Amino acid sequence: MDLNSFFLMRHEMILLGIILLLIVAEIIVADSKKSSIVNLALLLFGIHTLSGFFPLQESSLFGGMFRSNDLIHFFKSVLNLGVFILLLQAADWIKEKVVENDRSTEFFILLFASLLGMYFMISAGDFLMFYIGLELSTLPVAALAAFEIMQRKSSEAGIKLILSAALASGVSLFGISMLYATTGSIYFDQIVLGLTETNLSILGFVLFFTGLAFKISLVPFHFWTADVYEGAPISIASYLSVISKGAAVFILMILLFSVLKPLMHIWENLVYGIALATMFTGNLFALRQQNMKRFLAFSSIAQAGFILLGLITGTQLGTTTVVYFVLIYIFSNLAAFGVVQAISLKTGKENLSDYEGLYRTNPKLSLVMMLALFSLAGIPPVAGFFGKFFLFTAAASKGYYLLVFLAVVNVTISLYYYLLVIRAIFLRKGTDPIPFFKNKLYMRLGLIITVLGILILGLYSPLYDYIYQLSAAFK
Amino acid sequence: MDILSLFVIVPVLVILALVFSKGLKQARMIAMCGGIIQLGMALNLIFAYIKEREVSKEIMLFTRDLPWFEQLNIHYSIGVDGISVALITLTSIVVLAGVFISWKIDDLPKEFFVSLIVLSTGVYGFFISLDLFTMFVFYEIAVIPMYLLIGIWGSGPKEYSAMKLTLMLMGASAVLLVGILGIYFNSNADGGALTFNILEIAKVNIPFEAQKLFFPMTFIGFAVLGALFPFHTWSPDGHASAPTAVSMLHAGVLMKLGGYGIFRVAMYLLPEGALEWSWFFIILSAIGVIYGAFAALRQTDLKYINAYASVSHLGMVSFALLMLNKTAWNGAILQSLSHGFMTALFFALIGMVYGRTHTRDITKLGGLLKVIPFISVIYVVAGLALLGLPGFSGFVAEMNIFMGAFLHDDMFYRIVTIVSISAIVVTAVYVLRVVGIMLMGPVKNEAYLNLPKATWYEKTGVLLLLIPIIGIGVAPLWLSNMILESLEPFIQGVL
Repeated sequence: MDLNSFFLMRHEMILLGIILLLIVAEIIVADSKKSSIVNLALLLFGIHTLSGFFPLQESSLFGGMFRSNDLIHFFKSVLNLGVFILLLQAADWIKEKVVENDRSTEFFILLFASLLGMYFMISAGDFLMFYIGLELSTLPVAALAAFEIMQRKSSEAGIKLILSAALASGVSLFGISMLYATTGSIYFDQIVLGLTETNLSILGFVLFFTGLAFKISLVPFHFWTADVYEGAPISIASYLSVISKGAAVFILMILLFSVLKPLMHIWENLVYGIALATMFTGNLFALRQQNMKRFLAFSSIAQAGFILLGLITGTQLGTTTVVYFVLIYIFSNLAAFGVVQAISLKTGKENLSDYEGLYRTNPKLSLVMMLALFSLAGIPPVAGFFGKFFLFTAAASKGYYLLVFLAVVNVTISLYYYLLVIRAIFLRKGTDPIPFFKNKLYMRLGLIITVLGILILGLYSPLYDYIYQLSAAFK
Repeated sequence: MDILSLFVIVPVLVILALVFSKGLKQARMIAMCGGIIQLGMALNLIFAYIKEREVSKEIMLFTRDLPWFEQLNIHYSIGVDGISVALITLTSIVVLAGVFISWKIDDLPKEFFVSLIVLSTGVYGFFISLDLFTMFVFYEIAVIPMYLLIGIWGSGPKEYSAMKLTLMLMGASAVLLVGILGIYFNSNADGGALTFNILEIAKVNIPFEAQKLFFPMTFIGFAVLGALFPFHTWSPDGHASAPTAVSMLHAGVLMKLGGYGIFRVAMYLLPEGALEWSWFFIILSAIGVIYGAFAALRQTDLKYINAYASVSHLGMVSFALLMLNKTAWNGAILQSLSHGFMTALFFALIGMVYGRTHTRDITKLGGLLKVIPFISVIYVVAGLALLGLPGFSGFVAEMNIFMGAFLHDDMFYRIVTIVSISAIVVTAVYVLRVVGIMLMGPVKNEAYLNLPKATWYEKTGVLLLLIPIIGIGVAPLWLSNMILESLEPFIQGVL
């Protein structure tokens, strides 16, 4: 193996470099100028995000443990973009609340470490690398969820996340060992050759599935979601609901479509049932939520259920629609979380009733929220509509008309609670509306990028075609 | 730039201009200019269409086809025939009238006109689309602004009505989505590629089983918007709570999307399914016709009366469409147009009465003919048009519908037709009842003696709607010919 092939790990190396640089910066920078670390981290990560868009060849390393192709590379860039937007939205919060405790560097290091874990997870070529990536991506987030240590809810969120994550990954590991027992290999390429339908392999698959289902917060592994989102800092809640979920969906898709293909008619039924359970549970529970973070938590559970409609197909069309939807979902959900964060930072208010009359005081912020919610609900012409329509198309292409029908029933249910937020913001005048405020530059940038994404991603069709070409890798 | 895409581009430009406007005066000027331009475009389209039709035998004219999502074979594909041209003209007139009627809107005027024009963009786009996907996109764009329009500027239980309307219509569109996907994945039945293009799919023989399954979905998906019994309940509540211009647009234009969609998608693409299911939906439509008429008879709120009248009259549209013959179809399209103008006119007048007296309860009103003669006289005229007096558009439409219905000579069709015709009598009763109580007799309230006369913008709005009603009634032939010509390919396709 020559030095050149190490560049296959470009994303990982650069991110590791950034982490190390930040540690050095933490030592060098004087205490009075600590907030400049935020700018530095944003700058470095911005450069990293941009550099991600340069192409990378298709190959593998370490005897197949680490692999990369165009789709994986593209997806890493998507994750980067999401994290970058998230950092922009979080920057003001870090500067105002975190820097004074002298913990801003920690925040970035933990976040980037988790992202690094996700890179490894989606690039994994065997179950060992996959498992290391899974753990690395989860553990730092537990620390981040408990980041506001002085608040009980935040600590509670951290404990809840770490305990349930540890259990889930343990079960998952147990499943992996069973798959190893039946096929005699942990390499994906070899498993797919040796995997047959035996009781042990099915049990192994189901246990393994649990670990990822937990990360995607599929029903019935979703119980941690609302509590953790509510307690954790908002940027971490949005990280969990967007980036972490997106990466887990992606690796689950790769595994189902390639490695576990021999078990297809087992997991088809499983995914069918879980998709229904997830959509209905997420949507029905979201109806009565009053706290915006809990509300978005259940809405993101429901969205995960919709994603499974693309996963059930096992075709190139399915891959394309899932990646496309995740991309759009990142922008839509980040926009919604961004508005919640902006308001929470200025006023400390997080309840639905606090949003009454928002349009009359903060029209621009309200419009961002409206676009975000319309995109989540799937109303044209914003991007979410296209994402959902294509997911349904993928499921219908396999003849799952009943599933599609129940999914569109769910879209209608979800529309109800999204409209409740619209109602509070636009229809009500409110007795004590949130006063007008101006966002700082970073937050504004973070919101503008998401709005552009919501408006353009759907209407701009070449993007879809591009993802379709990339998806050929996992036919 | 082609002549049809302008119907989408101009409203978008108007919206952009509105975003940068300040205050009521600028907003309404921009909205009015936009409306006038669109009316001009629509009139121009009629002449261009008639001229082009003389030389071309294509089903659709002014077609244009741009690939959009190529992998899924989704195209931005547009074109019009005589039916869409007529409905586009209807839209442009009602929108312009709506702008005039909303001349004095004081709360958030900019947002009001933006929502109104977003709605009209959806409607225009729907009427010009030849691609199921594009059509569906525009359908939803047309529906969603209703939530804000009713919720913000409405009256009464507006939040409830807005939510009910939006959820029912979006639920319908969800059912429709399954139907559309079903059509899409069966469009390769003859060995071709999957396609969303309506003209392409019409050439394909979709398997009978699929037609039987997806016809009701597609039909119901559109028919809810056309207030098909028993899915009509959103309509009276929605109308009653909506501000005047929104009621006009809603009843006048938006509900027409239902009939048009049934005709252009459900019937045209799934003809065998239509034959199989027609008896069932005919019964529902007939119930709607009768039920709407009797419900209107018992209401005392002016808006509820007209909302139920709409249920009755739009029931006739789907009733006629399901008769599956040329005469009835011609009647259905004419009824759509005539109902569009008439209800818009009615709601405009109701808005004027309500704006002056602050009540819509007919038992509290009386003798208005003496106080506000212009509005009252027009109300009588509109009422006479609604009950189908010869010389107005309603007569031509209903005549065609029942002539067409009588072409079927078996027992079932005879019975439903006779039942539906009897609604005409009830219509006359409820129209004349309102005229009698509200306009005739002594003035019940002293305060009403000083009601202000109709203003210039109100008169303009009213005349815009009245002229086509009389126009169609007196000289229906040119319009009817335009429609009949366009029906020809559908007749061949379906029967």
